[in-house]
Amino acid sequence: MEKENTVVQERKEAGYSRREKAVKFFRVLFKRKLVLISAVGLVLIVLMAIFAPLVAPYDPNVQSLMDALKTPSSQYLLGTDNYGRDILSRIIYGARVSLIVGVLAVGIACAIGTFFGMLAGFFGGIVDDVINRISEAIRSIPQIVLAMALCAVFGGGIINLSIILGISNMAVYIRMMRGQVLSIKETDYVMAAKLQGNKSLRLMFKHVLPNCISPIIVQMTLQVGQTILSEAGLSFLGLGISAPTASWGSIVSDGRVYLMQNPFFALAPGVCIALLVIFLNTVGDGVRDALDPRMRGRL
Amino acid sequence: MKHLLEVNGIHTCFMMDGKKVRAVDGVSFHLDRGEIVGVVGESGSGKSVTMMSVLQLVGAPGFVESGTVYLDGEEKNLLEYDGNSEKMRSVRGGRIGMIFQEPMTSLNPVLTIGYQIQENIMKHLDMDRQQAKERTIEMLRMVKIPDAEQRFDYYPQQFSGGMRQRIMIAMAMSAKPDILIADEATTALDVTTQAQLLEMIRSIAKETNTAVILVTHNLGIVARFAERIYVMYSGSVVETAGTRDIFKHSEHPYTRSLLRAIPRLDDPRDRILIPIEGLPPNPALRPDYCPFYDRCEYRKPECAKRNKPELEKVGEEHYSACWLTREELRQKEIEIQNTPRKAAPQKNIGSEKVLEVKNVRKYFPVLKGIMKRKIGEVKAIEEITFDLHKGETMGIVGESGCGKTTMARCIMRVYRPEEGEIKFSGVDIAQMKDKELQPYRSRIAMIFQDPFSSLDPRQTAGSIVAESLLINKSCKTKEELNRRVDELFTLVGLDPGLKDRVPHEFSGGQRQRLGIARALSSDPDVIICDEPISALDVSIQAQIINLLEELQAKLGVSYLFIAHDLAVVKHISDRVLVMYLGRVVEIADAQQLYANPMHPYTEALLAAVPEADPDVEEGKAAVPISGEVPSILNRPQGCPFHDRCSKASERCRKEVPKLMDKGDGHMVACFLYQ
Repeated sequence: MEKENTVVQERKEAGYSRREKAVKFFRVLFKRKLVLISAVGLVLIVLMAIFAPLVAPYDPNVQSLMDALKTPSSQYLLGTDNYGRDILSRIIYGARVSLIVGVLAVGIACAIGTFFGMLAGFFGGIVDDVINRISEAIRSIPQIVLAMALCAVFGGGIINLSIILGISNMAVYIRMMRGQVLSIKETDYVMAAKLQGNKSLRLMFKHVLPNCISPIIVQMTLQVGQTILSEAGLSFLGLGISAPTASWGSIVSDGRVYLMQNPFFALAPGVCIALLVIFLNTVGDGVRDALDPRMRGRL
Repeated sequence: MKHLLEVNGIHTCFMMDGKKVRAVDGVSFHLDRGEIVGVVGESGSGKSVTMMSVLQLVGAPGFVESGTVYLDGEEKNLLEYDGNSEKMRSVRGGRIGMIFQEPMTSLNPVLTIGYQIQENIMKHLDMDRQQAKERTIEMLRMVKIPDAEQRFDYYPQQFSGGMRQRIMIAMAMSAKPDILIADEATTALDVTTQAQLLEMIRSIAKETNTAVILVTHNLGIVARFAERIYVMYSGSVVETAGTRDIFKHSEHPYTRSLLRAIPRLDDPRDRILIPIEGLPPNPALRPDYCPFYDRCEYRKPECAKRNKPELEKVGEEHYSACWLTREELRQKEIEIQNTPRKAAPQKNIGSEKVLEVKNVRKYFPVLKGIMKRKIGEVKAIEEITFDLHKGETMGIVGESGCGKTTMARCIMRVYRPEEGEIKFSGVDIAQMKDKELQPYRSRIAMIFQDPFSSLDPRQTAGSIVAESLLINKSCKTKEELNRRVDELFTLVGLDPGLKDRVPHEFSGGQRQRLGIARALSSDPDVIICDEPISALDVSIQAQIINLLEELQAKLGVSYLFIAHDLAVVKHISDRVLVMYLGRVVEIADAQQLYANPMHPYTEALLAAVPEADPDVEEGKAAVPISGEVPSILNRPQGCPFHDRCSKASERCRKEVPKLMDKGDGHMVACFLYQ
């Protein structure tokens, strides 16, 4: 009995363990049904992309011109495109490209943008000026033009495309993060931490960053959908992924013309993009709230 | 209808998470013509919501559940009209004028002040534009806005806070209302401005026979200005009587406890404040019995078994809501008087100086354009000189913008002063670089004003307190660290079991205790307290003041105690430093300063502080000081105070007086004494 007590005591003194913290985080996160459903949806989409060869009924690139532009039937669940390729299979395979490009590009944009935004806001002065001018320069060029230029230099391919889209999107995060940091920097608790002798780096990552991320998370989840469409635009211009490889964006843009013949051609991948964005957004909101101790107990 | 306004049994609820939370729980009051009534209570006591309910300004998710409001001359209960009806709109602003707390946001910045007042007049009085303009100018003159005619076309941001509040008064009074509600109207202003404004409201009210409701948490204000007082606690009026009766013969335990908890200017040196233990009840969890029961010193077990007490007559125009009879109260009072209280903590002021500040000056450059050309300087503080002994408390007072915070930040070395010495245990840290400063950081700590914004919302209480221990590596093992954190928690009166909570799970007073624990964690020699209690409720303030005093006696730290509440400063300080526009004007022993202020500004400041005692208030002359604190950007030539000083001579306009010792360490910067 006594032993048990000391164990409890020790654990209390050490605060929560990492594992306990994680359990607590997920418990709060999934307390809202909508978040749970969205998370399951996301997992399904990812599994679908990973196991595409097992899930897809047909080869996505095999053409059968005889069956072109069929409406949905038991043979082709979502019908076929103008080359007679099965749309369902193309969507399943396309998820791979779209997910990688969407998540990677946003991840890159966010990582670089947040970092430089934080530097600009935190140190101010010349650092701020330089970063700001560069970010303004990037923002002043229309995104698609910038991406085209970069594509022409670095070439296409999924990874290159993601990096390019990431760079052309990062200005938003720089601006957003800089604004956040500027206001958080002035709060009394950052001042208090500074007066205790915290070094700049620790101050930045321990006290400033965690209090700045809420709007960044929201922005990230919204931007995934936009990036998937940008990829389609670039691919359409011949700069992104080359022709037979399917991606959600490219199926939408191909199918646009054949809305009368097979509406599912454009609609189905469109719905997929929408679902992905909604799921991401819901989960993102959930993560934001679960990370925020002020919301504890309210959820 | 006997009275101008009769309000009966107001119940106002807010829907929170699907539950009804009763913010106002059956409040009744009345008001006669030309009368000034005070409504006092702590934050959350429902005083503002009561006023908003009367005017039907309570927005969703709140609503007025029941009650009646009869205004003389209106046939029906005002609550029967729709909130947006023609009738209510003409009552609001027409028959009942309002002034709110925030002068900075209650005027529309894109319209001229003249236009805004004119509109109000045209809406409520039958006047054309020209007549309305004339009346506007007349109103602006009445509130003593200089050059009223020219100022008609000014925008709100061209006025100072005090001026804007005058304009709000002009607007509220412009439609000749019968009632003026001032909801914490002067809380955001400096003491001297506050005194001027309230004085003006009183004289206008008396001239025009307007009734005034002063809603405030400041007992001093109601003691000076109100004729009758309603004391509110947790959504109910607990006591009401004439001002003198409330302060001299208070009946309700809450009122009595409150008066014991606040420091006063005429306190003896060793008076100890008796805080009200506990916290006001959360309105959502308010019990059915007397809401004050849990914190009441007089309570009897029967109180918890009965319903909430109603107001009972206990004297001439004197009502109190308490189940105890006067006899029971009297007996208990004797008992309380006789219970031994903790003696005031014994201070040990050493002869050793921990901090010597000499001639410190800090200017901020005013920059313009892309090239950041320097076009001027804000002279924030100049020639600051003082010293601080071990275990001593130095109070620093002055109105907002006088440089108190800049000075604190120079000592903390957030700013690097342009000139001067800041000797910390004999070492000058004024010009040190960040690296060199590192060992000194832990020896000066700070307690902040706002306990809500000074704690990182994403850190747990434990890690907030542990942070400087980690940085300074003062604990070798994890166990030692945890033990030290527990010790600090206990020291400031918090349960170490709360370590894993985050700041928002604590109450305001608890958070301030956390802030104190954090300041103590590095074992500092000096703690700078920047208005540490001004964001707290009156009943909590005493707890924190007592804690600070106890800690000082126990640990021998020195405090620099910055505050604008002069009674609190006097209570806690050994010596007091008075600042005006970036300069020290007087330094003296606390008792001596208050008994015998030398500088005209100190004198004016002390006279402007409203005290919670009508007897003292009666003896005071009316506003002793005119004008407002000038902006630090255009500081007057010569003595900074000369243009508001009645004793200023030609010399004051040309030369700046130096701080001189007038014996016993009483230093003053004024030519009158040279």
